[in-house]
Amino acid sequence: MPVFFEKKQLVTPGELLAEGDYLAGENTYMEENKIYSSRIGLADTENKKVNVVALRAFYMPKAGDIVIGTVIEVGFNGWTVDIKSPYTALLRASDVLNRPFKPQNDELSQVLNAGDLIVAKVASYDRAHDPQLTVSEPGLGKITRGQILHVTPTKIPRVIGKKGSMISMIKQVTGCQIILGVNGVVLITGKNIEDEELAMMAIQKIEAESHTSGLTDRITQLLKEEKAKIESKMEEKKE
Amino acid sequence: MSEKPEKLIDKKGIRLDGRKADELRPVKLEVGVIPNADGSAYIEHGKNKILVGVFGPREMHPKHLSQTDRMVLRCRYHMAPFSVQERKSPAPSRREVELSKVIREALEPSVFTDLYPRSGIDVFIEVLQADGGTRCASITAASLAIADAGIPLRDLVVACAAGKIEDTVVLDLYDAEDKLGAADVPVAIMPNLNAVTLLQMDGILTPDEFETAVSMAMEGCKKIYAMQKEALRTKYMTVKEEAEE
Repeated sequence: MPVFFEKKQLVTPGELLAEGDYLAGENTYMEENKIYSSRIGLADTENKKVNVVALRAFYMPKAGDIVIGTVIEVGFNGWTVDIKSPYTALLRASDVLNRPFKPQNDELSQVLNAGDLIVAKVASYDRAHDPQLTVSEPGLGKITRGQILHVTPTKIPRVIGKKGSMISMIKQVTGCQIILGVNGVVLITGKNIEDEELAMMAIQKIEAESHTSGLTDRITQLLKEEKAKIESKMEEKKE
Repeated sequence: MSEKPEKLIDKKGIRLDGRKADELRPVKLEVGVIPNADGSAYIEHGKNKILVGVFGPREMHPKHLSQTDRMVLRCRYHMAPFSVQERKSPAPSRREVELSKVIREALEPSVFTDLYPRSGIDVFIEVLQADGGTRCASITAASLAIADAGIPLRDLVVACAAGKIEDTVVLDLYDAEDKLGAADVPVAIMPNLNAVTLLQMDGILTPDEFETAVSMAMEGCKKIYAMQKEALRTKYMTVKEEAEE
C-alpha cells in the first residue's frame, strides 16, 4: 500500500495519491481502491487518512458557522443574503425583530436594506434547502463600522492559528476587534484607520504566505515594527 | 491562404509548417489570467489563442434551469470577429452552438456535479485567434480554468487531434491541413483515469488508420497534460516561493 507523494507536496486534480489500505479525506476521492486528489493543494496523511489542503476553494455552508454576508434583497418576510457561497442565504424577519413579524406594522427595509453587511450564524443547511441565517445571539447583527477584507475560505484556519494564537496576537498588537467569517470575509474594527490597516496588512500577508512555517513569529515581528513606526509618527505630529 | 499548395507533406515526411508527422505545435499555457473571474486560463496552441473564464458554482439564472440533484455546467464557445481572416459575425453560429455542446460534454464527466445540487457553473471560451484544432485547445484550457476556480475534479481533461493528410496519419492538424486534408480525429481524455471524454471523426479513415490516429492523439494528449500540470503548479508555486523568501 504505497503512498505516491511527499509530505506537503503540491498536487493537481486527478493525481494518484495512495493505493490500498487508506481512507479518502478532504479534497480527495477513491476509485477502485486508489485515492486521487480532486483539488489543487498540499497533500498530507493523517494516520490512514489522505488529505489535501486546498489552495483554492469556495465556502460551503455548515450549521453553526459564523459568516459575514451582504443583504442583496428585501423580501416579503425576510432578506436574501449573499454569503460568498454557491447558495444565497435567507434571514427571516421574525428572527431579526425577535417577535412575530406583521407586514402591516414593520417596514423591513428600515431594519436592513440591500447593501447592508451583517454578521450572522448559519442556523440550518442541507442539500435540498438554501442556508438559513440567524442573528439572535450576542455579537451578531448589522455591521455599522470597520473594514472588510476577503480571504480564500480555505485559509481562514491559518489566520486563526493554532488554538487561536495568530488571531489573538494580531488583536493584541493592533488593538482591533476582528471577526472572521468562515466564508472568507473578515471584519476589522479598530480605534483608528491606521490600526485597522495594520491588521488588514497582516491578514493579507498570512493569506499569501499561508503554507510556510514559523509564520506567527514573522507576523508578530512585522506588526511590532510597523506599530512602532506608526507610534513614532503620531509623536511627531503631537510635537 | 490564397492558392492550394501541391503537397501537404513531402517525401521526407516534413509538413508544410516544417513539423514531422508526430510533432505537436508549440503550446503555452497560463492559469489565473482574469482576476474578475473565479477561475481562468489562457492557451496558445500554435497560432491558436484562446482565453477561458469560469464563474461559479453560483445560483443558476434563470432559476428553472437548475437541477435538484446536481450542478449544471454551462459552456459558451465563441469566436471573436477578428479571430479568422474573413470577419466572423459575432452572433453564435451553428458551429459554435455545436462546439459549445461538445466541449460541455467533454468536460462534464470530470466535474463532481453531484456535490453541489441546485447550483451552476459557467465556462466562457473566447477564441481570439483560430488556426485549426480550437475545440481541443479550448477543452485543455477550460479544464485548467475550472481547476483554478477551486471546483473539485476527478481529473484534468486534455484534448488533442490527429488526422490524415494525403496518405499519412499525422498529429495536431493546423488550419490548412484540416481544410485540405482527408480526416480529423479530435480526442479528449482524462489521463490518470485512462478515460475518453470526447472522440469525433470528420472524414474517412480505414479502421487501421483510425486506430493509429487515436493512439497518436492520446500520446499528444499526454504531452499536453504534462504542460497543463506544470501551468497549474507554476501559478500556485510562485505564491509559495514568494512566501519563502
